Amino acid sequence: MTSVGVIVGSLTSILSHPFMRNAFLAGTGIAAACGLVGYFVVLRGQVFTGDALSHVAFTGALAALAAGLDLRLGLFGATVAVAAGMGLLGRSGRADDVVIGSVFAWMLGLGVLFLSIYTAGSSGANGTAGVSVLFGSILGLSAGSAQIAAAIGVAVCAGMVLIARPLLFASLDEGIAAAAGVPVRALGIGFLALVGVTAAETTQAVGALLLLGLLAAPAAAAHQLTARPFRGMALSMGLAVLAMWAGLVLSYLFSVTPPSFSVVAVATAIYAAAGAGGTVLRGRGTTRRHVTYGPAAVYGAGLAEVDDLA
Amino acid sequence: MSSVRQLLSYPFMVNALRAGTIVAVVSATMGWFMVLRRQTFAGHTLSLVGFPGAAGAILLGLSPAFGYFGFCGLAALVIGSADPQAGTSLYRQESAIIGTVQAMAIAIGFLFVGLYHGNLNGLTGLLFGSFLGITNAQVVALLVVAGCAVVVLGAIARPLLFATVDPEVAAAAGVPVRTLAVGFLLLLGVAVAETAQITGALLVFALLVLPPATAQVMTGRPALGVVLSVALAVGVTWAAVIAAYYTPYPTGAFITTLSFAAYALARGARLISERTRSTRPLAAAQIPA
Repeated sequence: MTSVGVIVGSLTSILSHPFMRNAFLAGTGIAAACGLVGYFVVLRGQVFTGDALSHVAFTGALAALAAGLDLRLGLFGATVAVAAGMGLLGRSGRADDVVIGSVFAWMLGLGVLFLSIYTAGSSGANGTAGVSVLFGSILGLSAGSAQIAAAIGVAVCAGMVLIARPLLFASLDEGIAAAAGVPVRALGIGFLALVGVTAAETTQAVGALLLLGLLAAPAAAAHQLTARPFRGMALSMGLAVLAMWAGLVLSYLFSVTPPSFSVVAVATAIYAAAGAGGTVLRGRGTTRRHVTYGPAAVYGAGLAEVDDLA
Repeated sequence: MSSVRQLLSYPFMVNALRAGTIVAVVSATMGWFMVLRRQTFAGHTLSLVGFPGAAGAILLGLSPAFGYFGFCGLAALVIGSADPQAGTSLYRQESAIIGTVQAMAIAIGFLFVGLYHGNLNGLTGLLFGSFLGITNAQVVALLVVAGCAVVVLGAIARPLLFATVDPEVAAAAGVPVRTLAVGFLLLLGVAVAETAQITGALLVFALLVLPPATAQVMTGRPALGVVLSVALAVGVTWAAVIAAYYTPYPTGAFITTLSFAAYALARGARLISERTRSTRPLAAAQIPA
């Protein structure tokens, strides 16, 4: 029980710092949104889309900085616009991966351009802005922006909860869902817009280059551990929040590790552990191994839950 | 003409154009197969993995080249060992693995840069590269590695094409599909590692994806497609290096914007030709076989 005492003691000392309180507030909202959205990103096989949006976030933020606007304006504007655009261009609200690759290669080039314009114009006073957009700066959030970040996280979660059932149906079997009157295409585009908001949101915490870790790893771990969709969504959210909290505590205890690194490292470790644990679990029931995890299994478990819908 | 002569009187511009040409040729040929195999996500991850490699090598006091080759080669083996043939449901799981590997790699790179006591200019250099200040020795090293990679790719091109277009028939015909897949990823890793030293980890991807994607929109014939892809990549790189010389903006921005413009034009032209063909089916039928 002494270890519990040590943990509680260090937690109270951590939370006595205002910047850590802000980081925990913003981080919890961000991680919850990432976990929930990420569950569907992995289920729908759209991890590469998330990857592309992370680079769009970089370009959007630097475009706003180069134009002298608020960073968040560019972040959210660019990611939501590009996400909706990718949904509109692709068939049934999904985009072809060569199209995604082409668009985001260009976006990256534009980001470099804006970075050079911004660093040339700002006379070195704010030269680290590019780095904090790429790698995040959750410890530098003010109380106000932490509250906004938490509120947006809650709003994204609420939006996801609203569309979760029809979106699950549409993700598992597009044809049947469309025949049952589910607006598959609109859902796909709406979902991508939510991914865009999440990407912009997460960029503030772990940075544009690392947000994929928070989006993909906890969700993939949840997919390994359970096939039941609503349990998986909750688990994915929980694991993402856990990774965020553990990462923040770790980077507080060991000051060499930046929070972005420790958050992504914990998320990756959780995924690796879930992968190993999932293999052990499946080893017990070898006859059912091909359907006990992953989207194929969610398909089986999910259709049972979706049946309640119809 | 006189301005071109003036441009070429600077050794650093000559080396930038030489290195740019080599990089463009390698990326365009490798990228043509990568786009055909729908491995853009894997290619992007390979190109990002070079960043922690280089940062780690610098931290240990080694040449960044060791880090680039070591990490890119290792990542190619890891991604290649995940079996994409084992069904579509596993493929989604695989893309989550690639995504996680990528984020983790960049996180490690960021940690290394932090441990090296944050030389932020070094960080931007690793990520975005620099076409200026390339030495003669670097050009020679680039040429040797690029030459080897292209020769090996040329040697396996026919079976690789077969295995890409129809893996099952190729496997039945005795083509070692799996070995080829891992071998190609390794080759891609080597090419990316070499290229990233000039273009930076973030921009390798532009030359790998955009010119080949454009070429594949324009023609379905393999040989013509590779030639077209190389021509586009070289043209775009030259134009970008020259444009960057006359403006205050970075080479990478020009490379990506010009190649994306070419891609968008090719898509647009194809869309229009398909529209006109479908609205006038008689005209299409009249073309002699």
